[in-house]
Amino acid sequence: MPAQQITNTKMSLLIVFMWIVWACIQAWALAWSGFPVQTAVIDSLVSNGLLMGIGLAVRNMLRFYRPGRGKFFYIFAWNFFIAAIWVVAIKWALSQLITDPAYLIFLNKSLPVRFFIAFLMTGWMALIHWLLFTFEENRENEKRKADSDKLAKDAELYKLRQQLHPHFLFNSLNSISSLTGSRPEEARHMIQQLADFLRGTLKNDEKMLVSLEEELHYLQLYLDIEKVRFGHRLSTEIKTGEGSIQSQIPQMLLQPIVENAIKFGLYDTMGTVTISVNAVRENGQLAITIKNPFDPQTSQSRQGTGFGLNSIQRRLYLLYARKDLIVTKAEGNIFTTIVIIPQA
Amino acid sequence: MIKAILIDDEPLARSIIAEYLGNYSEVSIVQECGDGFEGVKAITQHQPDLIFLDVQMPKINGFEMLELLETPPSVIFTTAFDEYAMKAFEAHAVDYLLKPFSKERFDKAIKKWMDSRGKSGEKKEVESLVETTIHSPEQHNRVVVKTGSKIRIIPMHEIHYLEADDDYVKIHTAEGSYLKKKTMGYFEEVLDKAHFVRVHRSYILQVQQVTRIEPYEKESHLAILKSGARIPISKTGYPKLKSILGI
Repeated sequence: MPAQQITNTKMSLLIVFMWIVWACIQAWALAWSGFPVQTAVIDSLVSNGLLMGIGLAVRNMLRFYRPGRGKFFYIFAWNFFIAAIWVVAIKWALSQLITDPAYLIFLNKSLPVRFFIAFLMTGWMALIHWLLFTFEENRENEKRKADSDKLAKDAELYKLRQQLHPHFLFNSLNSISSLTGSRPEEARHMIQQLADFLRGTLKNDEKMLVSLEEELHYLQLYLDIEKVRFGHRLSTEIKTGEGSIQSQIPQMLLQPIVENAIKFGLYDTMGTVTISVNAVRENGQLAITIKNPFDPQTSQSRQGTGFGLNSIQRRLYLLYARKDLIVTKAEGNIFTTIVIIPQA
Repeated sequence: MIKAILIDDEPLARSIIAEYLGNYSEVSIVQECGDGFEGVKAITQHQPDLIFLDVQMPKINGFEMLELLETPPSVIFTTAFDEYAMKAFEAHAVDYLLKPFSKERFDKAIKKWMDSRGKSGEKKEVESLVETTIHSPEQHNRVVVKTGSKIRIIPMHEIHYLEADDDYVKIHTAEGSYLKKKTMGYFEEVLDKAHFVRVHRSYILQVQQVTRIEPYEKESHLAILKSGARIPISKTGYPKLKSILGI
């Protein structure tokens, strides 16, 4: 909290400075009304020095303890008490230091006025500092809350991106196991692809934006693995429009969408399945369209689950605070998912 | 000669089983199938002694495929990751292999099956798997039926009502009715309780289909469905129907 320390020191200096100014004014006023300069200066230094000390003490006390709202009465009573002690103290101190009888008479007569000035001054100090410290505390609380919200959001984003389906992993390992006997070279190749793909999913920064080119590279690794698993049943088409491959996209966003498309394409229909991915850059945003075949007759019951795209929607919401970035539609036997990525 | 059929939608998953089976000269693979439809056809045609069955497959899963068989053969399940299914396997299947599995593990499963073979009650095991109370998520959403050689997948919401028919349950839909070798108890458990209610020992109906309820003979009622079907409601069924309708 170095910034906080500086403002505290600055504030203390400001208070001391204001008191010096006030002390000068009082000294001048006393001298002007006819007292010797020495008397005026002693009076002003003693009374204001003590008052400044009290003011700083009030400030320090309020820093560590502030009565809650509705307890202003305590502050009021307490100020009254402090001002009274102060009056007694300066009366005693000044009558020790100054022996001029005219001054002593003036001192006695001015005590009520001095009391009220002290009362107002300490009250003013208390009020200013009560507001100041309360404001500071609120600001700190808000910052802490924002920090913890951010942590929670990061954790959720991380979790959403980590949803790698165990089915995919175990089935891929099974395919590798099968290839090891018959086609060891292909097995080795698939192990490498799987390793590269897993490395991509383990990258830590879920808010990191990558170029579409890089994202499509990871997607291709995933698709190559799936093609080994499903053989001739799965074919894919990836098209990128002009200027789209340099667009930015949150990393590992497309893979789960395509995984979903493959899952419903392959498990909902028979025969060969073509998954198409088409990226275009338009109106300053990146639009990616993913299409997969499905069977409208048997898929009705699945539509309720949003085709497993809820976690993508949530992730986009956390990143862009928008809920309209993913759209799905079913036309005939083609299911279409459109993802919009706003470009900065 | 032992006849085996491999059913898995991933070619490489079938080829590793074929490779492992190569050591068993007494076992011959009569067919490899890529989905449950093919599987039903091949099993009916070849009447194999043993099948290797994947759970997650196109259109219908391994459990649903088994339901369609009149006399299911012995089954060794092969699956990657199915928490719900594992419980069912433990209780009922000959064995289950978690992918990827080793040669040793595979041999153990075959040995287990060979040992149990000939012992009576082996067939019963598979049937009891079909009747198990653990269901795959798909089985809560749809019913797979076979009429002749055609397989139909009926989404739950298309069912008007179910009627007990000896060892079968007759499923009535807008397109007609289908027989399924299941118990009323099975459907009572698996169907969404917010939409289906067993109104009679022999009837379960979908509440959205009800248009009217009429009194009928002493203490019993009749539900008239949108299709015009008249479903008897028993004395105990009536309060259940009333509470689900909120009346």
